[in-house]
Amino acid sequence: MNAPAAAEIVVERLQKRFGRFVAVDEVSFEVGRGQILGFLGPNGAGKSTIIRILCGLLRPSAGSVRVDGIDVSRDPEAVRQRIGYMSQKFSLYADLTVAENLRFYGGIYGVRGAALGARLRHALDIAGLAGREQQLAGTLAGGWKQRLALGCAILHAPHILFLDEPTSGVDPLSRRRFWDLIHDLAAGGVSVIVSTHHMDEAEYCNRIALISQGRLIALGSPGELRRHALGGVLMRVEGHPLERLLERLRGFPATRDVAVFGNAVHVLLDAAAADDEAALRAFLAGQGVADVHVDRAEPSLEDVFVQLVGAQPREREAVR
Amino acid sequence: MKLRRVRAIALKELLQTWRDPRSLMMALLVPVMQMLLLGYGVNLDIQHVPVCTLDEEGSFFSQALLKRFQASRYFELVEALKRPGDIAGAMDQGRCRLALVVPADFSRTIAQTSHGTLQAIVDATDDNSAALATAYANAVIAGFSANVQAVAMQRQGLPVQPPALVVQSRVWFNEDLESRNFIIPGVVALVLALVGAQLTSLTIAREWERGTMELLVSTPVTPMELLVGKLAPYFVIGLLDAGICLAFALVWFEVPFRGAFTTLLVTTSLFLVVVLSMGYLVSVTIRSQVGASQIALLLTVMPISLLSGYAFPIDQMPAPIQAITYAIYARYYVTILKAVFLKGSGLAALALPVLALVAYAIALAWLAARAFRKRIE
Amino acid sequence: MDAVVRASGLAKRFGGVVAVDGIGFEVSHGEIFGLVGPDGAGKTTLLRMLAGVMAPDAGAASIDGIDVVAAPERLRERISYMPQRFGLYEDLTVDENIRFYAELFEVPPAQRRERAARLLAASAMEPFRRRLAGQLSGGMKQKLGLTCALVHAPRVVLLDEPTTGVDPLSRREFWRILYALRSEGVTLLISTAYLDEAERCDRLALLQDGHLRFCESPAELRARMPGALVEVASTSPREVRAALAPLAGVRSVLLVGDGVHVHVDNAARVPQLEAALSERAIAFDAARVVMPTIEDLFVALLGPGAQAAA
Repeated sequence: MNAPAAAEIVVERLQKRFGRFVAVDEVSFEVGRGQILGFLGPNGAGKSTIIRILCGLLRPSAGSVRVDGIDVSRDPEAVRQRIGYMSQKFSLYADLTVAENLRFYGGIYGVRGAALGARLRHALDIAGLAGREQQLAGTLAGGWKQRLALGCAILHAPHILFLDEPTSGVDPLSRRRFWDLIHDLAAGGVSVIVSTHHMDEAEYCNRIALISQGRLIALGSPGELRRHALGGVLMRVEGHPLERLLERLRGFPATRDVAVFGNAVHVLLDAAAADDEAALRAFLAGQGVADVHVDRAEPSLEDVFVQLVGAQPREREAVR
Repeated sequence: MKLRRVRAIALKELLQTWRDPRSLMMALLVPVMQMLLLGYGVNLDIQHVPVCTLDEEGSFFSQALLKRFQASRYFELVEALKRPGDIAGAMDQGRCRLALVVPADFSRTIAQTSHGTLQAIVDATDDNSAALATAYANAVIAGFSANVQAVAMQRQGLPVQPPALVVQSRVWFNEDLESRNFIIPGVVALVLALVGAQLTSLTIAREWERGTMELLVSTPVTPMELLVGKLAPYFVIGLLDAGICLAFALVWFEVPFRGAFTTLLVTTSLFLVVVLSMGYLVSVTIRSQVGASQIALLLTVMPISLLSGYAFPIDQMPAPIQAITYAIYARYYVTILKAVFLKGSGLAALALPVLALVAYAIALAWLAARAFRKRIE
Repeated sequence: MDAVVRASGLAKRFGGVVAVDGIGFEVSHGEIFGLVGPDGAGKTTLLRMLAGVMAPDAGAASIDGIDVVAAPERLRERISYMPQRFGLYEDLTVDENIRFYAELFEVPPAQRRERAARLLAASAMEPFRRRLAGQLSGGMKQKLGLTCALVHAPRVVLLDEPTTGVDPLSRREFWRILYALRSEGVTLLISTAYLDEAERCDRLALLQDGHLRFCESPAELRARMPGALVEVASTSPREVRAALAPLAGVRSVLLVGDGVHVHVDNAARVPQLEAALSERAIAFDAARVVMPTIEDLFVALLGPGAQAAA
């Protein structure tokens, strides 16, 4: 299912400049039919610029974007009809009912008559809102609101769905239910692009595009990124006091980065160091730090993010 | 109360006002604009009323009468009409507000009967100026007819006697009867109330709206420190505005100033305490900038322009309205301003309105200090 | 241990909605205590009551032995509260903001300069001292907020969702400062809606619908996980789910990016899962027991069907 045989979105060497500022710099990727791609990156990395270009709202400075085989810069209107958009700050009308909200968005996308009735039922089913058609949107609980927003975004049966931080701050149960929905939609052939900087949202994506300073710095499945992108081994060292431990670990030759994490210290070691665990223990013993507990830690997506993005010079923040 | 915290708040407030173009404009431009607008715009005198004439006689005599009108600064002859039918058109199109019709037998009738009739048609759309124009026209004609009588009597060899009873009006305090002199001192009150209440009405509401209040209430700052720190900069700005208004009044409009500056300073300070506390009170209560600013506007401009007596004399209002004006804090300040400017009254002579202002200042400052609670609900 | 923060039976309602319903806990000296839960769980209300900016309807709380409800003003100098919304003046510069708060807390100028320099250096904010706060990025705003909150050297710091909207890089820097504070003996209460962030706290209060469901360390919480979590990497996750969901001992199957997470009642079920997949000829890379995340725990302990021991 994940084989990107029929690529829905093909982005080639996309570039966008605002004056002398390069917002998107030679970015290429593909999203296959039914795939969920996560755009992960700090604020101002260029995520929203790319999404605006994909939606046909901005013209690229160079490179090409094809959606369903249509060149976005040639025919943005045709592309827009195939796109659904939903964000955490999605604008639902609190004083309209569930059905009225759906109908309103149907109207915007020109869905009418018999088609509207069928789509409405479909959206209500998918969002699990059947039976709540007459409830005011403002009185829905957080998770329901989110699903109504999704229902509105898919009312015109888009081929591509953009989600902007769709589940930040939502309770975990609602979040899981929501992502189940997204996976269902993807299984039905909808290609999904998620823009976020929440790692827990990224975990649900088939592939993750890590974006920083307008550049694509890593692309892979969450597992691939966790295992390979770090280019090192993450160790968890427990001991007391943490400050002294931190200091000593900085002196270990293979150490790339050290940071306190809860009641332990996380140490990132160069992958080259052969038997890291034993070597690290021996080193600490030699430094007079005994009574420590050392084991390998599974790097999180956040570790990957921080290492890869942090390795880049942060000139942009200073400029902006 | 810790002076250090008051100073920190005042300094912050000044910085924010300085960096906010809207506040800055409000503080510095509004006084100038109001002064010019009201100084020139609200002028209850009529001058240069456009007059059309229809001289059906065309004699030396009739022309002498019309020249009298021309000589008066209240009138200006703009057009000589040919036919009676032209009058309505000229008036409809606003070419004139008064039409004088001299009948064809004007001088003959006077010579025969020593009574003449002259028709004056007034555009009374604005009844106030119509009444004034009529009165001025009567005065011009009365002067002319007195002249005519004297000439006639001399001709008949009769001694010329002055009229038995002559009203000799003497105008005090505003000798040249300029309504500008009457209005401009009052504009100071309007400006201070407008600027003072507007600026302070935003200060607390802004903190709520921008989310800075939650942090502020978690600091050791006391409600009193907050009040003083927030109002101090606007007090200074208010005095500055009063200075701007005063300069305009004295230098630009040449309004006489006969009182003592200290009297003005003391009473202006009192008035500022009243309006600033009121703005603060509104701000604490309303918590939204737009809402607070509108309420502040409602509490200042409307009652002050209508009921403070700055332009419309209170003693000419119906009794129930007059009663209401006692509740308008600005009425006392306007009374004081006019007295200080035009009569040169001192504090002793103004004891009553000054005491009323003191009472208002104490009451509002007390309410404002109590209104703010260090809680979020 | 000496409890610095004590709360018992705290309750607050807004109209008909119960925001906080009888919550009590203790926080020890030098601890990072996390208030964790989704939006609307009552985190903000709880922190506001502890900070003495909102009066509780019922219950008692004290910080450093001072009654928060009866004497909030005596509390001010000892605590620092950083509200959820950026509470600084966007039209003042970084330095002006710091100075304003230092003055309100009557910090001597020399001390202020020394502390501001140290805090700004720690948060890589030195080059931005003269920039208007409104022109800072989200992460820098939060770091400025923290700097202002710390300029009077409080003993207890209450932070309401300080890392919301902050990217992971700035978030790490933020936590580095928090850990440095902890090592200086400062007690920290921090609320977060990001469950992954909860791992960084010494102890957690898991909140749901205004109730305190669990209050313990991440490790203790993890030990409560009934059964085990098995990750099955596969390119056909839907088929994996269909095959595994009906099996005995499988509590739930969650689709994630590159496979599924299977919650089983016992780690010993792994061979059974593998057998079921092989039997149906469903391709998969590996099935291995993984550490549950706080989110997994939240769902397992507080989701439907869980015997919430609250």
